[in-house]
Amino acid sequence: MSTVQADPKTTSALLYLDGISVSFDGFKALNELSFIVEPGEMRAIIGPNGAGKTTMMDVITGKTRPDEGDVFFQEGKFDLSKLDETEIATLGIGRKFQKPTVFEMHTVEDNLQLSLKNDRGVRATLFWQSSAEQEARIDQVLDTVRLKHLRARIAGSLSHGQKQWLEIAMLLAQDPKLLLVDEPVAGMTDVETMQTAELLREINKTKTVVVVEHDMAFVRELGVKVTCLHEGSVLAEGSIDQVSTNDRVVEVYLGR
Amino acid sequence: MMTAHPLIRLLDRGSTLFLVLLGAFAIAIPVLNLLMPEGSALHVSTYFVALFGKYVCYGLLALSIDLIWGYVGILSLGHGAFFALGGYAMGMYLMRQIGDRGVYANPILPDFMVFLNWSELPFFWYGFQNFFYAMLMVLLVPGLLAFVFGWFAFRSRVTGVYLSIITQAMTYALLLGFFRNNFGFGGNNGLTDFKDILGFNVQAEGTRNALLVTSCIALAVCFLICRAIVTSKFGKVLIGIRDAESRTRFLGYRVEAYKLFVFTVSACMAGVAGALYVPQVGIINPGEFAPGNSIEAAIWVAVGGRGTLTGAVLGAFVVNYAKTFFTSGALAPYWLFMLGGLFIGTTLFMPRGIIGTYNNWRAGHADKAEARSAEAKAAAPAQPSAAE
Amino acid sequence: MGKFHDRILAFAVAIGLIVAAAGFAHAGPYEDALEKFTTDEFSDTAEAVTAVATSGNPLAAPLIAALQDGRLQFSAKDKKVLIKTADDKLIDAETGKPFAGTPPDDLDTVRVNNRLRGVIDAANGALTLMAPDPNQRYESAQQVFKSRDAAVLPAVEKALESEKVARVKKVLNEARAAILLAADDTSAADRIAAIEFIRARGDQDSLALLQSLPADLPADVRAAANGAIKTVERNLALWNTVQNLWYGLSLGSVLLLAAIGLAITFGVMGVINMAHGEMVMLGAYVTYVVQDVIRTSYPGLFDYSLAIALPLAFIFSAAVGIAIERSVIRFLYGRPLETLLATWGISLVLQQAVRVAFGPTNKEVGNPSWMSGAFDLGGILITYNRMWIILFTAIVFAALLAMLRFTRLGLEMRAVTQNRQMAAAVGIRTARIDALTFGLGSGIAGLAGVALSQIDNVSPNLGQGYIIDSFMVVVFGGVGNLWGTLVGALTLGIANKFLEPFAGAVLAKIAILVFIILFIQKRPRGMFALKGRAIEA
Repeated sequence: MSTVQADPKTTSALLYLDGISVSFDGFKALNELSFIVEPGEMRAIIGPNGAGKTTMMDVITGKTRPDEGDVFFQEGKFDLSKLDETEIATLGIGRKFQKPTVFEMHTVEDNLQLSLKNDRGVRATLFWQSSAEQEARIDQVLDTVRLKHLRARIAGSLSHGQKQWLEIAMLLAQDPKLLLVDEPVAGMTDVETMQTAELLREINKTKTVVVVEHDMAFVRELGVKVTCLHEGSVLAEGSIDQVSTNDRVVEVYLGR
Repeated sequence: MMTAHPLIRLLDRGSTLFLVLLGAFAIAIPVLNLLMPEGSALHVSTYFVALFGKYVCYGLLALSIDLIWGYVGILSLGHGAFFALGGYAMGMYLMRQIGDRGVYANPILPDFMVFLNWSELPFFWYGFQNFFYAMLMVLLVPGLLAFVFGWFAFRSRVTGVYLSIITQAMTYALLLGFFRNNFGFGGNNGLTDFKDILGFNVQAEGTRNALLVTSCIALAVCFLICRAIVTSKFGKVLIGIRDAESRTRFLGYRVEAYKLFVFTVSACMAGVAGALYVPQVGIINPGEFAPGNSIEAAIWVAVGGRGTLTGAVLGAFVVNYAKTFFTSGALAPYWLFMLGGLFIGTTLFMPRGIIGTYNNWRAGHADKAEARSAEAKAAAPAQPSAAE
Repeated sequence: MGKFHDRILAFAVAIGLIVAAAGFAHAGPYEDALEKFTTDEFSDTAEAVTAVATSGNPLAAPLIAALQDGRLQFSAKDKKVLIKTADDKLIDAETGKPFAGTPPDDLDTVRVNNRLRGVIDAANGALTLMAPDPNQRYESAQQVFKSRDAAVLPAVEKALESEKVARVKKVLNEARAAILLAADDTSAADRIAAIEFIRARGDQDSLALLQSLPADLPADVRAAANGAIKTVERNLALWNTVQNLWYGLSLGSVLLLAAIGLAITFGVMGVINMAHGEMVMLGAYVTYVVQDVIRTSYPGLFDYSLAIALPLAFIFSAAVGIAIERSVIRFLYGRPLETLLATWGISLVLQQAVRVAFGPTNKEVGNPSWMSGAFDLGGILITYNRMWIILFTAIVFAALLAMLRFTRLGLEMRAVTQNRQMAAAVGIRTARIDALTFGLGSGIAGLAGVALSQIDNVSPNLGQGYIIDSFMVVVFGGVGNLWGTLVGALTLGIANKFLEPFAGAVLAKIAILVFIILFIQKRPRGMFALKGRAIEA
């Protein structure tokens, strides 16, 4: 178990987790988890079911408060354990859920309209008027995820894979500093999976990305540093080849 | 095409039709009541004027419930209470207008206070002799209660049936309170025996027609406010909250602020509905707080079509007309069976309500038409495939 | 005047008792006294009553009872006194044997006037202090304690000598102490001793007695009295708390009984059933129908009516519940708000159906003999119906817990509610379990109806009175946790009863509602909420 030694106040990391523990009714979902993401990095997180991947996302996005430990964002500037979901989202952390979650009753365009980086206050939205600039931004994002032709469609009528991409598009429209992407290729065809990997690499050119995924082929395709979680803490970290040949990882996955 | 003019956005076909119909009623009924001689085939009885006025108030209550339930997914069982609070505020004004014409001829104290041997007016009755102050209270009391209640509830993320249950408990607590004599609102009997409003006799035909027209105007204004809210980006956020609350939250919207705003606005509207209702029926008593009333109002919305605004008003009219029709005849004992059946039938077989089902059916037709034209296009040279 | 005479006479009675005890074996006083009944003079009769009462003869009690009821006959000619029994037979008052031969022709009833009635009462008092039944002696001594009649003192002291039963002896001592304290000429030492007895008794009457003592007592007596008052007051406050706890427990058990079925349907299944109250109401009407049939056809079975009603109410409410689940609720799983509306509609239909069938008025449901009455426990009064309902609630709760834990059905229910897909995958027929679970919750509501019919008005609106409270209990206790429901119900019941003395019943209820509303804001999932990721999904 590697403990991060850097002082949170002087760390250069974008995301800094140290000694995080969370327990639910005695079950330790996270056990002194420590984990760092540098600015501009793309990180893949793997681990068996119950390893604590989703709980870790919950802690970062403010849905779950850690029982102990530090969560800092942007070189130690913000203590995420003291902020709620809305504040964290406003700081620039976007999250894609495991199950694709889009506004099913709205059009693709409205979904993005709601995601665009704008004043989120009650008054602002009540008297809001669209502008050419906003429209252009929506076009740009739709281009990136290749959904431009579906702009006027009701989101609920999209295919599973299209919803996944729309959700990623919504994240992009938010213009976050950090994207947390939970199982983006679950239920996708092989072709879609490869396209998604390409999309994420494209996004990573300008943004920091953390991807949680089970699909090893996808992770290999991403070609980035991999962190393997097990029972709430980091089991191994390194390239996909290092991690997949690590004895303990093999043991955990194959049960020896 | 995406950025329609705000006014066009506000007034789609259904809304325009609704406002035109409402306006027509608001003009036709007083005209037929006041100008047509009694006995003429075109004469509308004063009884009907009062009845229609009552329906309009119910329509406004339904509208307020639809705003919060249809668009944010919060089934409030507290709107009956907001309605009653607005009604009591109006009732207090009307009581103070009685002056020394009461049974005990006390110029300050309403009869029930004299009866209870009270010697002075409780402080919360101060100012109610002033119409504008009373109207302010009609908005403020329900609005403030909704704000405080909502502030606690939404901040702690009480949602779904839990919220329904605690709003019902709130209503029930108010019911118990208003039944008490020492609460200062006339106890069991409530407030009644009103004489006049703004100097006009509440029983007079002219006043009744004026109240009807005022109610229609209030309904139209509130309808436009609701339309403005739901067609704005704010309204899209509301639907977002209804369908995927956590997604909205993770996009950075302060969900509780949105809910609180709508809840408060909607409570104020319910209060206005209650305030207009009281002079037209001539009484307000604690029975209006009965939890059953709030649930019944929710079923009006469900019958008409949740999340459609016009449907809510339509539902209130249809169900209440049926109620009037059945409870005044030999079928009275069966009315509750019908009402119960309506609850069950609507939820099981017509969850979208009348307007929702109609819209759906029309959309289905439109789809078919689109499909036909798409087929026609398919015959033309193939377009680049949409799929990548 | 009359009152004074009575006292004197009563005193004489008591004195006589002592004499009687001294010469119990001799046949004299009773037989001598009898003759005085034959003179037809009130004064003689009075003397005779006193003498008879003090004679210690076993015939004294029936004779005085006969005199009281106007069944005592005399013949002035024959100097004979006869007791006429209720069925018009004559008994020789001297021997207690049936009177043989022809009755004397001048037979007449011994007359009684008001003054004489007083004498008879005193005689009865003295007689019952020596009665063979200890309960009667106990009651009699309690009467003396309350009346503090100085005239009875000798009788009390006499009775004390022969009394063997401890609890009667205790009350006799207290009665004696009360008389001594109330009397003017008691010595300081006796008073202090008496105060000690009163302090030990420690009830409301004792406090009143101590507080009524004159101000000008000797200092040491005053000090003893003040000390005793303090002790009694503390004691009373304690009993008051116990009483409130008992009332709270009683209210809590009613709440629990009404809510426990809901804890299954709402708490475990997540179905919000607004018609739950009507299931309770149906159970109460089943009780009514059962009692009605018993009254008209098998009156002897009345005491068993509840035992008969219980299974029937369970089956009936459960059947209605299953019918509702199969016909309506199953189509609404996952749509809780619609379920709320639909079940509200069902509640309207059920209420109206009962109103049409039985009329809108309250129905008379009787208490079986073992449910009526009350008894004292220490300083509190316990009514049997409340006690049985508390016991019944405990049994239902325990049975339900055991059922969920130890039976196959319970296991399957828990499996389905925890993970529906998984349960279906291992071969559990989830639809059947849904129906049975809902039936179980409704059936328990029916049982609650039987119990509530004993303490509440049985009308079509019965259920409406419980539905909001029941939801409050389940939500407050924590959804999905039966123990939470138990703690929730008892907490709310007890809190309500402790608030009532300060705020009154309605305000107490409002305060509780407001408290719960605020509480839910703080802990939206109730007191004993499950924590974790799964339930938030």
